Amino acid sequence: MPASPLPQRFTDWFASRGWQPRAHQLALLENARAGRSTLLVAPTGAGKTLAGFLPSLVALSGMKRKPTEYRLHTLYVSPLKALAVDIARNLDAPIDEMGLSIRVETRTGDTPSHKRTRQIARPPDILLTTPEQLSLLLAHREAAELLGGLKHIVLDELHALVTSKRGDLLSLALARLRRLSPEASAIGLSATVRQPDELRRYLVGQNPAPVIASESEAIQGQRADVVGAALDCLAADRNDGEAPPMADLVVVEGGAKADLRMLDIERTLPLAGHTAWHSMPAIYELIREHRTVLVFVNTRLQAEYTFQELWRLNDDVLPIAIHHGSLDAAQRRRVEAAMAVGRLRAIVCTATLDLGIDWGDVDLVVNIGAPKGASRIMQRIGRANHRMDEPSKAYLVPGNRFEMLECRAALDAVEEAAQDTPDARIGGLDVLAQHVLGMACADAFDANELYEEIVSAAPYQDLTWEMFEQVVDYVATGGYALRAYERFAKILRGTDGKWRVRDARTAQQYRMNVGTIVEAARVKVRLTRHLRGKPGTVMPKSGRVLGEIEEEFGETLTVGDTFLFAGEVLRFEGLFEDDCLVTRAKNVEDPAIPSYAGSKFPLSTFLAARVRAIIADPFEWDRLPPQLSKYLLQQRKHSLLPGERDLLVETFPRGNRFYLTAFPFEGRLAHQTLGMLLTRRLERARLQPHGFAANDYGIAIWMGRDVSERIAIDSDFAQGLFDEDMLGDDLEAWLDESAMMKRTFRQCAVISGLIERRYPGQKKTGRQVTISTDLIYDVLRKHQPDHLLLQAARQDAATGLLDVARLGMMLRRIKGRITHKALDRVSPLSVSVMLEIGRERVYGEGADEILAEAEAELLEEALA
Amino acid sequence: MSDSSHRFDEDAILALGLRLEKTAKAAGLMLAGETMTLDRTGALWLEAHRTLVVSDLHLEKGSSFAERSGQFLPPYDTRETLSCLHEVIQRLDPACIVALGDSFHDARGPERLEPGDRAMVAALQVGRDWIWIAGNHDATVREGIGGSYCENVTIGGLTLRHEPSAKVEEGEIAGHLHPCGKVTMRGRSVRRRCFVTDESRLVMPAFGAFTGGLNVRAAAFDPLFPRGFTAHLLGDGRVFAIGRAMLGKD
Repeated sequence: MPASPLPQRFTDWFASRGWQPRAHQLALLENARAGRSTLLVAPTGAGKTLAGFLPSLVALSGMKRKPTEYRLHTLYVSPLKALAVDIARNLDAPIDEMGLSIRVETRTGDTPSHKRTRQIARPPDILLTTPEQLSLLLAHREAAELLGGLKHIVLDELHALVTSKRGDLLSLALARLRRLSPEASAIGLSATVRQPDELRRYLVGQNPAPVIASESEAIQGQRADVVGAALDCLAADRNDGEAPPMADLVVVEGGAKADLRMLDIERTLPLAGHTAWHSMPAIYELIREHRTVLVFVNTRLQAEYTFQELWRLNDDVLPIAIHHGSLDAAQRRRVEAAMAVGRLRAIVCTATLDLGIDWGDVDLVVNIGAPKGASRIMQRIGRANHRMDEPSKAYLVPGNRFEMLECRAALDAVEEAAQDTPDARIGGLDVLAQHVLGMACADAFDANELYEEIVSAAPYQDLTWEMFEQVVDYVATGGYALRAYERFAKILRGTDGKWRVRDARTAQQYRMNVGTIVEAARVKVRLTRHLRGKPGTVMPKSGRVLGEIEEEFGETLTVGDTFLFAGEVLRFEGLFEDDCLVTRAKNVEDPAIPSYAGSKFPLSTFLAARVRAIIADPFEWDRLPPQLSKYLLQQRKHSLLPGERDLLVETFPRGNRFYLTAFPFEGRLAHQTLGMLLTRRLERARLQPHGFAANDYGIAIWMGRDVSERIAIDSDFAQGLFDEDMLGDDLEAWLDESAMMKRTFRQCAVISGLIERRYPGQKKTGRQVTISTDLIYDVLRKHQPDHLLLQAARQDAATGLLDVARLGMMLRRIKGRITHKALDRVSPLSVSVMLEIGRERVYGEGADEILAEAEAELLEEALA
Repeated sequence: MSDSSHRFDEDAILALGLRLEKTAKAAGLMLAGETMTLDRTGALWLEAHRTLVVSDLHLEKGSSFAERSGQFLPPYDTRETLSCLHEVIQRLDPACIVALGDSFHDARGPERLEPGDRAMVAALQVGRDWIWIAGNHDATVREGIGGSYCENVTIGGLTLRHEPSAKVEEGEIAGHLHPCGKVTMRGRSVRRRCFVTDESRLVMPAFGAFTGGLNVRAAAFDPLFPRGFTAHLLGDGRVFAIGRAMLGKD
């Protein structure tokens, strides 16, 4: 056996704990010593965190330093600030027990300013932070001094970070760190992913400049002269030829298999609805039978509903808590603390608990509703039993019959350990604009050098020089063809050719605006009391804050309305400044539930393909619950079932309307876009479309004219309807007026610094000071349609709220593969999407039962 | 679960059975014995006097933000506002134009006008009287651009001033408040600029491209219309008259 690469102290410490250093921990140590960056892919419970820090602990333990010589040695970045705090606690144990003199500190939004200042003057050895805080550090005047001696950068939960604009921001920060501290190596920690290569590229610099340029001053000078033209060619050519640089890969194979099942309640599930009201007694039973259960749901609405239902059944008064992103932070911390010491039997939670914190004693995970993605479900299952050698136990609870299909597909995916991590992103231009301003705040920058640095970040590797120039111009004066703002420029180019930030105010604006998370405007929910002696009036400004709701929802409430929030039924008493005043409601039968914008995940491409495959193959049906295979048989009898790559289109009359339904299985977002575009086409074909409804599986459009007849006359009509060219002019025309496009634009405007963020609690500043981004959008679109921000919004629309990219993929897939069926009545399959019609909002507990009734009627009609 | 079915906003209002008084491109109104037309652009047309009234243009609001707060809003708001004005002027061919105050977002607005925009104002003024009424944003603007300046104007039985006066005044036409009306149906809402009137006085919507709005249900409107009011919301193609009871608060 080779001599251990671990110092004696460490070997002893491992032994004292009854542990052995694991192979991947040693591999990481070795790589770090050699200065190589590494991606560690491992399931939860594999000692990932310790592996990530081991190289730093070992290196620091061997250092002899005077207190004045402390320099920041290791930077750790986590997507959640709670996780950073938790990791700091976990590092205490090995450091104390080995008697190491290593200082570990966190720096998050909660860190007080005196501590921040001190951290810059006297940095710790290891600093734990978030992507936003890292960007702020890098924009600091002292950044080069502070971060220049960095040896390791540890990026936790990397798979979760890289799929968003936060990942773009972090990639740019990483590029800057590589420049400030060329010696530093990166360690990425990730759960199992399908395409580790994307993450491996993310960790290291892309587009390495030609060796010759970095060796010769003279040639470097020359390059700078012709840089405008040459860099374009470079950007285009770089990807040809050699394989892109990647970090080393260390994979820890899978641990014990998960014990994963679909909950079978032995009754027929409805065809629509997500609340799984029918399964609540069974879930409560599971909670009784286990030590601690995490109950995951997909939306906050579902969390509130499930929590309420479980308490209704809670005869044993089990400690069951609720946790979601709208709740007051203090309330969430209390729940987390109670969970950590094992005082809770169950927590109903949303994606806020998908990642991170170790819950110790969780012995069961229950996932209510559709899994939506294989990776998400695996992450959630991993929350149970944080020891790698014991199986995690989990139940999937379908809310309706279609979700049973999705659950089946997810079970298969987990069985094969197949994942659906999304593809690498193309870096957002709004994020880049934010970063460029930050870099000017840190120090004067040379545009060519900054460009080189930025294209070394994987998401920006294909950024052209022209585009970069546009971004710099945008940051400086807004990027307008009408050069109106030269006098007010935020960054200025000096005689030395370098760009500098204009003044302290601009730098302050940058600091207030940093980050990529743009939340919908929210109001605080404040529990208040009625004024004694004055019935109907409440005391503003007093009482406990329960959390926040979207302002939009607050505005739809009228005094006396009741809604579920934070596990209580509340009565709306009015809006006062930024507070939504409420009292506890009594004896309410049917409360509304806050609706939360954008809180629903669409079905992943990967899982959708699996669902289509199951439907297409009757041999697969044996593995499905009997009620589901029976349903599919009914569909085959009354209409037909599409092949794996086909698109089924059904048309039928109902009442005095004519319907067209289609089942692409591409997720709600893509379907909404499709619905919008099809409506336009049907309108041009004079079929008088009135509206449409969409869910994750399909769409239904209703119209005034007989569409079956049209298809009978013109056999190419259906094919033409779904022609790929709808993504051309129709899409453009619709995008321009789409509310979702405006929402996307707003996010880009905030991230890029065009308009300032509004923080919760900050007072509304009067009608003429704030300005609606919708107005800005309309004016900009008309006068400068190619403006950078419109480009950025369009780029987002392709993958974000409108999912145009996915729609495009679908249209290509179904080209020539459309199966049309004219029916005289609604088919069993179509019932599911027809039930979405008119479901503007779900009210209280009764809604799903009512839907079930409506469905029974429709189904009867279908099978008659 | 929410937004799973879609309709265009105006259709939604109509389809959802609101009592909407459907008017043509413009709505008529009688005030202090004068007949007037509420144009869907937010302008007011006094045909008998061949006078066009527009309120709260807030020209150079974009550049005002750039100068004062470093936010670079698109510098096209003046151009956009003027081209809307150009369209109404062409359509109605007024002899006189009254800008009802807050024509510039701040006192330095006229200085910051782009040469092209300045030329456009001049072109619009050719052959017409042009009156700039002082507002709170542009009270000190007295020169720098053609036209005459005054505090208020009387036309027939009508008094035109920027801020609505506190006491009820028959035949007063004012701006200043940027009224907006909101209609909410089944979880969806439509918010539009509007005229507000109780058939005694009229508050005009803001005309400027970057002007926001104050909900007509806000307290500021209560003392002005003690007997209630009707809001005339500017739709895409026409003006809709909607009673106070049907308008939502913000």
